[in-house]
This record gives sequence, C-alpha cells and structure tokens, in this order.
Amino acid sequence: MALLETRKLTAFYRDFQALFGIDTRLEAGETVAIIGANGAGKSTYLKAITGLLGGEPESVWFDGKPIGALAPAEIMQLGISMVPEGRRLFPSMTVEENLLIGNYGRSVPGHWSIEAIFELFPRLRERRHQSSTTLSGGEQQMTAIGRALMSNPRVLLCDEISLGLAPIVIRDIYQALPRIKATGTSVMLVEQDIVQAMKVADRIYCFQEGRISLTGNPSALTREQIHVAYFGS
Amino acid sequence: MIGWIDTVIQGVLLGGLYALFAVGLSLIFGIMRLVNLAHGDLIVLAAFVILVISRALGLNIFVALVLAAPILFGIGYALQHFLLNRTLGRDILPPLLVTFGLSIIVQNGLLEAFSADSRRLDADALETASIALGGGLAVGVMPLMTLVSAVAVIFALNYLFYRLPLGRAFRATSDDPEIAQLMGVDNRRIFALAMGLAMVVTAIAALYLGTRATFDPSIGPARLLYAFEAVIIGGLGSLWGTLAGGVIIGLAQTIGAHINPEWQILAGHVAFLVVLVLRPRGLFPRAVD
Ligand SMILES: Nc1ncnc2c1ncn2[C@@H]1O[C@H](COP(=O)(O)OP(=O)(O)OP(=O)(O)O)[C@@H](O)[C@H]1O
Ligand SMILES: [Mg+2]
Repeated sequence: MALLETRKLTAFYRDFQALFGIDTRLEAGETVAIIGANGAGKSTYLKAITGLLGGEPESVWFDGKPIGALAPAEIMQLGISMVPEGRRLFPSMTVEENLLIGNYGRSVPGHWSIEAIFELFPRLRERRHQSSTTLSGGEQQMTAIGRALMSNPRVLLCDEISLGLAPIVIRDIYQALPRIKATGTSVMLVEQDIVQAMKVADRIYCFQEGRISLTGNPSALTREQIHVAYFGS
Repeated sequence: MIGWIDTVIQGVLLGGLYALFAVGLSLIFGIMRLVNLAHGDLIVLAAFVILVISRALGLNIFVALVLAAPILFGIGYALQHFLLNRTLGRDILPPLLVTFGLSIIVQNGLLEAFSADSRRLDADALETASIALGGGLAVGVMPLMTLVSAVAVIFALNYLFYRLPLGRAFRATSDDPEIAQLMGVDNRRIFALAMGLAMVVTAIAALYLGTRATFDPSIGPARLLYAFEAVIIGGLGSLWGTLAGGVIIGLAQTIGAHINPEWQILAGHVAFLVVLVLRPRGLFPRAVD
C-alpha cells in the first residue's frame, strides 16, 4: 500500500475541469516529480491533496485511509505539508515567526526544529528577526521549505521551488533535498525544470491538460517520450 | 490655565474609554476584515449583562465583570460560529447587512427586556474617589482606571499576538487565510475565538461606559461611531494606533466642550475628519496590506 495515493482524482474551478481522473502513488521514502507545461494542472493536483479544493473522500488516500474530504487543517495534522507555489510567506511575520507557525497544527517529535532548519539553511539564522518581506527570493524559498518541515511531515509537497531563482540558489536549495529525505520524509515535487526533476526523482509523472501523459523511472524514459508527453505531439 | 491642563488630562483619560470601545472593533476588522456594525450595541448588551449579574447576586461590579466575561466570550464565540462565519466571503456586503440587522435585533431585544429607562453601573466609593495632583488639579480614580485598563488590554493583546502560538495563528489567518490552513489553523475556529476575545474587551469597555454615565438600549450606534473613528484615526491594524485615535477624539471632545459645552460631540467628529484629510490611511497604517 502506497503512503499517499490519488484515485481518479478530479478537480473543478466552477464549471472548468482542471483534473480528469488522476491516479498517482507515492511510496514511503520515495521522491516523485510531477512535470508538465503551464496550466497542466500540477498546482491544482497538490492543492487537491492538501484539502484546499475539497473533494470526494475516496479520491485521496493517506496511510490506508481516505482523506479526500477532510479539511486542510486536518490533513496537515496527519503529516502532509506543502511548500506552496509562490512561497506565500506570512508578510506580517519575521523569518522566525514564519518557521514557528509551521508546526501550529502538528507538533510531533522528529528531526526538524528551528535549530535544525537553521543548520539546513544557515542564511536564515542571520535573518531570523528580519521581516519575511525583505528577504531575497532564495531566502524566501528556504523559509517556505523550513516552515513546511517544522511539523516533521511524513509527506512534503513542493510546488516549483526553483521558480525564478538563480542557478546557484537552485543548487543550494536542491542540496537540501537528500537531507530532507534522510529524515524519512517522502517528497512530491512539482517542477517545470525537467533536468532538475529527473536528477532527484525516483519516478516522474508528466501532466498534460489535466491528465497523466507519461509515468516512469527517469532513467528509463527517452527524451522523445518526455517531449511528446510534455508538449503533446 | 489650570482649567486647560485639567481639560487635557480629562481628554486623555476619556480617550482610554474610546480606545476600549475601539479595540474590539479593531481586533475583528484586523483578523477577519469584518466591520461589525453591531459593535456599539454589543457594548450596551455587555453593560446590561454586568448590571443584571451585579443586581441579581448583589455583587460589586468588578466581580460581576469577572463573571460576565466568560458569558460574553461565549456569546461572541457562538455569534461568530453560528451566524457571522456564514457571511464571510469574497463579497463584503453580506457581513455588513447581517451585523446591521444584528444591531437592530440587539437594540430591540434590550428595549423589550429592560425598557428605555436609563441605567447606571454603581461603582460605590470609587465613583467619587480622586487623586490630588497638587496645584488644585485632581484626577478621578475611575477615569484613571479606564485609561490604565485600555493600556493593559492592548499590552495583553499584543503579548498574545506576538508571543503566543495562538496569536501567531490569528496573524497568519489575517495575512493569508488559505495558507494559514496549511499550517493546521482552522480559520473558522480562529474567527470565533477572536469574536469571543473581542466581547471580553467589550465587557471591560462596558463597565467603564456604565459607571461614567447612564446608558439605555439606544446608545449603541453612537459608541460604534466613536470606536470607528478611533480605529480609522489610528490606522487599521495597529492597536496602539487605536489608543492614539481614542485619545485624539477624547481630547477634541473635552477641548471643544471647554470652549463651548455644545461643541463637545462635534469637536470629536471634526478632529476625525481633519486626521482623515491629513493622513487618509491613519496615523499608524500597516506596512503590508
Ligand atoms: N482559481 C482558479 N480559478 C479558475 N481556474 C483556475 C484556478 N486556478 C487554476 N485554474 C486553471 O486550472 C488549470 C490548471 O492550473 P494549475 O495552476 O494547476 O496549473 P499548473 O500546472 O500548476 O501551471 P503552472 O506551471 O503555470 O503553475 C489552468 O488552466 C488554470 O487556468
Ligand atoms: Mg502551478
């Protein structure tokens, strides 16, 4: 049984259908990447898992239980945490406060604490009392990742953590991934940067217009296959 | 000269009362962007609750306040949970209409239950007690306690907001309700707690309202107006700004009255308009919004 599973997951924005029966699995300890063009439904998929869209109970399963109809706060308490698209830090709060709010709903023993986050991203320690609005893009992303880790999640969902960042900053952020995985957290990564995604993922799903167009192990997939799945033929 | 100094002191102390009126309003607006048009009537309701408890049990009004606080917290929580939460959304009109309706219901309910007679909360010996400042000046103990209470309430709320996890949840919900949920914050519960808290502050305001002058079921809307002006003068979202706003209105009123007794109320409103013209976003606007 997979740790996190979606079964025939659909999503609507009013009468616009964004997802058409998405079946995905994330095993414990695995890192899975979701790739796909703009508007393919990647963020919608992550939002649906976190409960922000509200859906059918049996469309999302976590640890053997249907969670598709639970409220976002309840899903977070079970151990699913998200780094949202666009970072979305709390603007009235300092870096430290943004981290501290991360385990508001779920406080379980585990590797991650504010100290551990500062070890992972040392630049945040110097800026801990700084308003989150004054951070660079990279520092904001580090804070958003730290905030999501504070609850010691079992599953970490990341929505385009490299978007808009310089290559050297992307490298810093991606270097944190192995250390996050080492704590036993499974990772679901939405990424437009295909090269980056292929490097870290055990498996990928490619989304196209709300459907899965390709899935497999990165090393087993050809450029051709990915190109077709990404852009359509 | 003594007359003027006295006027200024009285004005600042009166500002404490207006700040207490305004803090509940400011709190609710800050956290859930809800303009509670029933706020003034809820202050009057709280005054009646304190009155009933102190009469029925023969208690000092301060003891009655301690008993009234949890009751009013419950009323606020229930009000938000069962009624106001359903009105919140993208559209700002439903909450305005519903709280306006609530204002009418509370007024009429109180009128039905307590008649239009003027009432007072009796603070016994404290009412006339005063502290001599020398040079012929004296401040009343109750007005002084009003200002001190306002400062204490704002200190306590700021401690909650900036030091305690629950306060961080309040701020998270205010900043970004969608993302707050991803932190495990249940926004609706947060809103209900905030309204409960606002009602406790309202109870404190009501005690000083009822000891300073008489009250009856019809005086709520005017208190709402003072509260509203104090909040706007201070700048939305800053409680110390709200205190400053209350003090400015209090000062304007006592100074106006000192010049001509008929100008008291008008001077307060004029001060509000002047600040609005000079600083449209208030004296201490929030940096982020
Ligand atoms: N709040 C919304 N209301 C209406 N339509 C929406 C909303 N959010 C997303 N959509 C639509 O749903 C589809 C999928 O959007 P989604 O944000 O999931 O795509 P994405 O794969 O994350 O794209 P990107 O790579 O640009 O972030 C798009 O066609 C988008 O226009
Ligand atoms: Mg997206």
